[in-house]
Amino acid sequence: MTVAPFLDRRDFIARASLAVGAAFVPRMAFAAAPSDQRLVFIIQRGAADGLNILVPYADPAYRRLRGALAIDPAEAIRLDGTFALHPSLSGIGALHGEKQALFVHAIASPYRDRSHFDGQNVLETGGSAPYALRDGWLNRLASLLTGADEKAIALAPTIPLALRGAAMVSSYSPSRMPEPSDDLMLRVGELYAADEQLHPLWSSALDAKAIGEGSGGERGAAALGRLAAAFLTQPNGPRIAMLETGGWDTHTAQAGRLATQLKSLDVLVAALRTSMGEQWARTTVLITTEFGRTAGINGTGGTDHGTAAAAIVVGGSVLGGRVIADWPGLAAGQLHEGRDLKPTCDLGALIAGVAAETFALDPARVARRLFPDGMQRPLTGIVA
Amino acid sequence: MTRQTLTPASIALHRFGLGASADEVVVPDARRYLHAQFAVYEAVPAVLGQLPDGVALLASHLAVRREARRSMSEKPAPPLQPAEQDEVMASQQTSEPREASGRPQRSDAQRNYPQDIRALYRRSAQARMASAIQTQAPFIERMVHFWANHFCVSADNLQTLALAGAFERDAIRPHVLGRFADMLLAAEQHPAMLFYLNQSDSIGPGSPAAHRAQEQNASRRPGLNENLAREVMELHTLGVRSGYTQEDVTQFAKALTGWTVSGLVNVGGSEAMGFHFRPRWHEPGARIIIGKTFVQNGIAQGEAALAAFAEAPQTALHIATKLARHFAGDTPPPALVDRLAASFTSSGGDLATLYRALIDSPEAWVEYPMKFRSPWEWSVAVLRLLGPDALEQVQTANMLDQLGQPVWKPGSPAGWDDVAASWAAPDALRRRVEIAQRLASLAGDRIDARTAGEKLLPGSLEADTARHVARAESPATALALLLVSPDMLRR
Repeated sequence: MTVAPFLDRRDFIARASLAVGAAFVPRMAFAAAPSDQRLVFIIQRGAADGLNILVPYADPAYRRLRGALAIDPAEAIRLDGTFALHPSLSGIGALHGEKQALFVHAIASPYRDRSHFDGQNVLETGGSAPYALRDGWLNRLASLLTGADEKAIALAPTIPLALRGAAMVSSYSPSRMPEPSDDLMLRVGELYAADEQLHPLWSSALDAKAIGEGSGGERGAAALGRLAAAFLTQPNGPRIAMLETGGWDTHTAQAGRLATQLKSLDVLVAALRTSMGEQWARTTVLITTEFGRTAGINGTGGTDHGTAAAAIVVGGSVLGGRVIADWPGLAAGQLHEGRDLKPTCDLGALIAGVAAETFALDPARVARRLFPDGMQRPLTGIVA
Repeated sequence: MTRQTLTPASIALHRFGLGASADEVVVPDARRYLHAQFAVYEAVPAVLGQLPDGVALLASHLAVRREARRSMSEKPAPPLQPAEQDEVMASQQTSEPREASGRPQRSDAQRNYPQDIRALYRRSAQARMASAIQTQAPFIERMVHFWANHFCVSADNLQTLALAGAFERDAIRPHVLGRFADMLLAAEQHPAMLFYLNQSDSIGPGSPAAHRAQEQNASRRPGLNENLAREVMELHTLGVRSGYTQEDVTQFAKALTGWTVSGLVNVGGSEAMGFHFRPRWHEPGARIIIGKTFVQNGIAQGEAALAAFAEAPQTALHIATKLARHFAGDTPPPALVDRLAASFTSSGGDLATLYRALIDSPEAWVEYPMKFRSPWEWSVAVLRLLGPDALEQVQTANMLDQLGQPVWKPGSPAGWDDVAASWAAPDALRRRVEIAQRLASLAGDRIDARTAGEKLLPGSLEADTARHVARAESPATALALLLVSPDMLRR
């Protein structure tokens, strides 16, 4: 683990005021700086139901398979002649209208069994099989960036696997406890000074606290979006942020639960967009899940673990307004193992393409670094 | 890294036990001190025996709700929806009578059940902490926490909030020194598990109940839910990637059909809530699961499959790996895993024998810290050090929420992770410091951190920690520093 430069509160205030002064300097001075772009990775833990998020309304088998859970195309947001968006995603639907949202369907990692934990392990490590790699692809991406002091942050109390690895990563989530005294904070820093594991963690905690406290500190989806933006808009702050969402494992009562989940996601993205301000033009948000859900419904008003899912990419420089799908079909003979949407697109290819194009890196190099076990050719033409 | 050196007494207290308490004395032979705990472990200590019955409370809540629905419409009450997330929120919003809306004012009883269930959850979490602090068998108590996490039911809705404490007390605690197969059966047949993994309304597609629904043209066709079946195989027994297939999962799910909870459907409200087998929901026929044929009919089919899983070598390896990881480091030594798996198999899954094999293994006595304490482990160790007075000033459920490990709420059937990478993070560390300061200021000068340190870690306290504690500006700061010292964060 490398140690990030220590940034105490006083130092942070000094840098922040420097940044205010910098607003009057012509932008060119900063435009040349490397990695002025931002990438936000939102993981949907629990296998989000791609077929009801990105609804294949033109496929005749959809209504039959989904029965009472089928989304009515009249209520959904039509994206093209084949696909429509779940009605809860109105903000992301509006981004589609502005050509800032792109959707990929029938997408999956190489993982083909149906364990959440293994599926998330493959999604987050970028390996070809569970536990094949120990660190996360987002951490390896951070190691490719130059410029920022702290390249990545997890908006969570602990660091998710995708961000674990050699590159120093910060983490932050709002706390409701009263503040410890400065004296204690200082002494804890001294106590940890010689400890290889605790010293960098503590330094990073103090940095993140200074920034996080400036952003209001409430909870909820909108607050999380604002919090992420507070970090990502720091002049020398992180360029990568990871946000976690849970609750997608809709085995029962799916209709209401999925609508609520998607509303939260929509609010999160909207808050992020607003709070990023002019930096939104240089921000890409990638939203994915570990695998999809069964094509048909189960006996308890929900769906079970499946295979291919949908992914969403939004952002100011996304070449959006379209759906990328080599649609495999939902008819009986077209399903994977007779039950799931068949994958026709490699999730790694999307991730590598989005990561490379966001940071203007060579896609082949990024692909080798993020997915060392190999993958399909990176999907390019996603981010301008 | 400067590596702290632990004496066998410190290892027995912290790595095996739950941390030192003020009145604890380790006998000179640390292994004997651990062996002696087997005889004094209490399956139901007084503090847990006093808790209200969560099963009865939930049953009353569900009965009142059914009655309300019946009186509002002529339609029969719909089957229970296991996901109560919406209801939790709704009941908060409608906690006041809404006469203006013209709807009938709710009875006091109905309005208060969700609130009572949440109160019971908080009381149960507090009792769990009290038991961990008072126990004379902290190693066995640690194993209770280990198994409750292995067979985890996450308290994310009203059903599991009501039942999480009862589940640990009634399905885990009685079997923690018994046979794995017995704990497995008790866990899978507990209403908490049947609700949590959606087993309670899984119905065989070819069962008499499904045929009847079809004839009646019911709007919702009953069917299979494979959630419990998959997690039993993946998480509770064989382990993921141990060779079973999707077809095995589906067949096992069919074997489990009919396993449900009584008192949920309208039978006059007289039926008590508990595990119940409904033969008319069971999928008829023999089935093949992991290469074994199960010809039994009815409830015996699922029980026989569980028994077969409990005996499978994959299960022995899975359990041995998790146990070794809990005591001998995040990457457990293969020799220890093999030895524990052999002990599990040769003893027929006898857990006391398994723990003895662990105590007798040198890999568990490595003299420097092997594990980063989880928030729960750290909280218990802190409160054992501070004593029972401190517990009275603490709301366990709130404290663990703050620390990022809410009690019985890992949010996933896999339970909490048991590796440092999950817990050693900047923000998590800051929260421990915040809580340590609060607890230390509440303790005032009741505890002298300078002498407490040596008692806490007999012969093992780091010189650096002792120096910083001695130099602190106040007794409270000294105590806070001791509570978040590297010595207290690891075991």
